[in-house]
Amino acid sequence: MATVQGGLFRSSIGRKYFMALSGLFLCLFLVVHLAGNLQLFKDDGGKAFNMYTWFMTHNPLIKFISYANYAIILLHVIDGILLSKHNRKARPVKYYKVDQSKSSTWSSRNMGILGTIILIFLVIHMRSFWFEMHFGNVPVLEYDNDGVQYKDLFTVVDAAFGQLWYVLLYVISMFALAFHLYHGFQSGFQSLGINHPRYNALIKGVGTFAFAILIPALFAAMPLYFFLK
Amino acid sequence: MKINLKVWRQANTQSKGDFKDYTVNEVSEDMSFLEMFDVLNEELVRKGEEPVAFDHDCREGICGMCSMYINGRAHGPEQGTTTCQLHMRHFKDGETVVVEPWRAQAFPVLKDLVVDRSAFDRIIQSGGFISVNTGNAVDANSLPVPKHNAELSFDAAACIGCGACVAACKNASAMLFVSAKVSQLALLPQGQPERYNRVQAMVHQMDLEGFGNCTNTGACEAECPKEISISNIARMNRDFMVAKIAE
Repeated sequence: MATVQGGLFRSSIGRKYFMALSGLFLCLFLVVHLAGNLQLFKDDGGKAFNMYTWFMTHNPLIKFISYANYAIILLHVIDGILLSKHNRKARPVKYYKVDQSKSSTWSSRNMGILGTIILIFLVIHMRSFWFEMHFGNVPVLEYDNDGVQYKDLFTVVDAAFGQLWYVLLYVISMFALAFHLYHGFQSGFQSLGINHPRYNALIKGVGTFAFAILIPALFAAMPLYFFLK
Repeated sequence: MKINLKVWRQANTQSKGDFKDYTVNEVSEDMSFLEMFDVLNEELVRKGEEPVAFDHDCREGICGMCSMYINGRAHGPEQGTTTCQLHMRHFKDGETVVVEPWRAQAFPVLKDLVVDRSAFDRIIQSGGFISVNTGNAVDANSLPVPKHNAELSFDAAACIGCGACVAACKNASAMLFVSAKVSQLALLPQGQPERYNRVQAMVHQMDLEGFGNCTNTGACEAECPKEISISNIARMNRDFMVAKIAE
């Protein structure tokens, strides 16, 4: 038997590892992001949320993780594009009639489209809040005379979520995220070889109820809450 | 019963194919899908036309020769069935049935519904075997194999290499086939010495052949006539990772 070595990223399975690891990391990010932003629901005029954003932009470890996070998003996108291109090439002549409804889920067949919607959302989302926070004119205020100048991102959020088109964009994008994660979460485990009859139901359950329902629903609730407030 | 067919006709690999419509009268519902094609072909021969070329051999669902993408599904609408075991009672009288060859870069059409599946042979040649010196057959059960592993290995070995997994996959990926061949040996003691070399060699060859990548849709498992589980793909992914880490 010939010995074959090297080229992890060039091998089909190697690329799947990167897709799975980056995807599962981003799932973890969503949990943290959600947990922090739940403070938007606190009825304190944005004090807790603004103090939290100050912490998130001033802690060096968080800064490092956030840049790693941007890199991992890029890796996930680029790897996804490369895989899709490769997969398209594997079937140059398409079928005349295709019926895949009985053999696979809709979300599993449309990960690229769902991912693209999420990417477009991310660009707009980053422009509205990340860019404003770092380069925009966000008013500052002080709490409890502690001498710290807090940027009032809460007001920026409040204003953004007052626009109907913006709220709709968020809700639609969270639907895309839900379907993306419905397949993506469990798919990541399968790609890494984690498949066992004892734990498959658990992985699928967490993927469905926590990542495809609870997390997107709570994220979507934020703009709706501010819009209807 | 009467069946209207829309069949892909292509003279050879180089030529551009097209669909042709046929009507087969007096189809018995007890006929297999291939026997219905036999009736069509006899009629075409009588009329002096070129019969439709299609692959078939054992006609009892164990050889993996028959293919055909029927009404948008590999081996037709029934689960766990090859085309030769698909009977006409599953179709309606007067129904129009679309029949296409397997579509994949790695499976070029040779003629009509016949595709070249030798890419699978080359994957097997790259590592789907164990290197042993020939000699007397050893006594049965002289090598202990846990019952559970024997069962799993046998399930994987049920793969008949028909290529339905590739045909059904939206990415024309061969991972179910390759993982079944990797697994059947990885689960047995005889497969251990070459286990991690094997998985790398076979995956490498699979990539060279131009198959697509797995996106875990599970369509292969659903359309496989031998119902091979995608847990084999997970095993291959695991073994490949171990091989790369140990490298």
